[in-house]
Amino acid sequence: MEQIVANGLYLGAQYALIALGLTLIFALMNVLNFAHGQMYVLGGFVTYEVYGLLRWPFVVALIASALTLAVLGALIERFLFRTVIRRSEREESTMLLAAGIAYFLDAAILLLFGEKQRGVRKIVTGVFSWDNLILPWDRIVVAGLAALFIVAFILMMQFTKPGRAMRALAQDRTAAQLMGVPVEFYSLLGFALGAMLAGLAGGLLVTITGVNSGIGGPISIKAFMMVMIGGAGVVGGAIAGGFILGMLESVGLSVLHAYGDITYLAIFAALLVFLAIRPNGLMGKPWG
Amino acid sequence: MTPRASLPRLAAAAAFVLVLLVAIPLAITASHRTDLYYTLSSVALLSIASAGVWLTFYIGRINIGQGAYALVGGYVSAILVTTYGLSFWLSLPLAGLFCALVSAVIGLPILRLRGVYFAMVTLVLTEVARLSALALGITNGAKGITNIPPPGPISLFGLTLVPSFDSFAERNLAFYILSVVMMIVCFAALYRLVNSRVGQLFAAMRQNEELASSMGVNVPALRVLAYAISSFFGGVGGAIFAAIAQSIYPSSFTVNDSVNFMLNCFLGGLGYVFGPMLGTLVLYFGWDLLFQTGEYQLLIYSGVMILLMLLLPNGLLSLRLRGRSAS
Repeated sequence: MEQIVANGLYLGAQYALIALGLTLIFALMNVLNFAHGQMYVLGGFVTYEVYGLLRWPFVVALIASALTLAVLGALIERFLFRTVIRRSEREESTMLLAAGIAYFLDAAILLLFGEKQRGVRKIVTGVFSWDNLILPWDRIVVAGLAALFIVAFILMMQFTKPGRAMRALAQDRTAAQLMGVPVEFYSLLGFALGAMLAGLAGGLLVTITGVNSGIGGPISIKAFMMVMIGGAGVVGGAIAGGFILGMLESVGLSVLHAYGDITYLAIFAALLVFLAIRPNGLMGKPWG
Repeated sequence: MTPRASLPRLAAAAAFVLVLLVAIPLAITASHRTDLYYTLSSVALLSIASAGVWLTFYIGRINIGQGAYALVGGYVSAILVTTYGLSFWLSLPLAGLFCALVSAVIGLPILRLRGVYFAMVTLVLTEVARLSALALGITNGAKGITNIPPPGPISLFGLTLVPSFDSFAERNLAFYILSVVMMIVCFAALYRLVNSRVGQLFAAMRQNEELASSMGVNVPALRVLAYAISSFFGGVGGAIFAAIAQSIYPSSFTVNDSVNFMLNCFLGGLGYVFGPMLGTLVLYFGWDLLFQTGEYQLLIYSGVMILLMLLLPNGLLSLRLRGRSAS
């Protein structure tokens, strides 16, 4: 039992980090970033190159992942989303663009890094065991780092000037603009930050589960689910959604094991019922 | 105002039907490119499913779940034909109706969601369909259902209306005719629906559900109706697809297909009934043409898609509109 909870917490910390980036981009731009999973994969591969192949320290690799994705996110916002949002008659058009970017990154990642499953050496060796709880140390470190990034992100959103500006933007774009917030700059910054979080999560998880070029899509779907559970565009909701999904997965995999591979089916079904009762998730505002 | 079916418009529609049913088969026979029958049938069927997605766009919902209904439709038809020995022709409407019924039950709660929320739930729905097909006994798990017999004859009072598909020398020609006829019927129905009173109510709902509701429009019933029709199209398309491929697997329609259905609508243009047809044709053939580029296929395809979005964010058919308003 403790094992299941510990696994759930570990998974949840990772998932929350992924969901945070997605929900940030959604809150600021009203864009559902289909390419989020692909950004995660790219972050994983950057860490694989720097830490696994070049054998530089893990921290450097993590920073490289974060920076690469931040720059990529900024470029995507500046040259793609901003243009399409300005020219299109319907805001749904951004979804096509996001899907196009997801395909494009999928293809680019496949060409650059190949289709093989890639892993790196452990960042910390050894196993932590206490009572009947067994956890490898590297998982604890990775979960701790993820929690650290989440806390840093929340602190930044709450107490710094850019954080306040982005919250204002999420609340009401026009009002924020009238108050003198440079909305274009903060949209760019927010998108870069969201992409960066995806890259960080990828860089962290590559040390444990490895990475391959095909997992972008499934990761995106998981991220969507977490955001739906918690409520789109709400920071607290994304974190709650991440931990809930992590816990459900951990519990489901051990409890439903006997019935075959139906954990995800059960989670999906439960999600549909939950959304029928609470359409905006746990903490979402009505109609996002 | 309902546009009157003017003479030039009718003539254009008739010419289009003639080209599809006579000129293209003749051209294919002359050039011996019989593989095109299968390609064009696929385009026709995918555009039927896309037409369903388009209808949900028309009421202001982003539907990324059409793959689920295409899969369900394919399985219902396949199971009815193989396990219960029903005629394909009877299984086709039943598959569509089953999808419509399922979507009405699911739609009642989830259609309360809007925007991105609805989009994400429908995306999850596609995964639910795939995982259910893997887990259930009747769908035969990952092995899928294979060796589905081709459609038999239809006879009425001893008169054979449609010969058995086995009797065709070129079986894919029969499937081509079937797919194209179904596509024409579906798009004609869609056109009629959109230009009817109900269609105007749909448009009103897209613009403002609260306002429409305050005018006495029964919004919950109408949006379930639109969603059920949409899923009916998906089910019918999937059922014929299973018949052509003579097999159906859990992976026959995945999240990628659901996304593609949505992209077809976007590319053709959300403001035009025939947008999904054009979008499907362009995307399908674009993808096929890029096959020679090998490993760069997806890269170029998605790159062109992004460029199209930058240059024509309102769809291909907006070109025609722009030309018309300029002249």
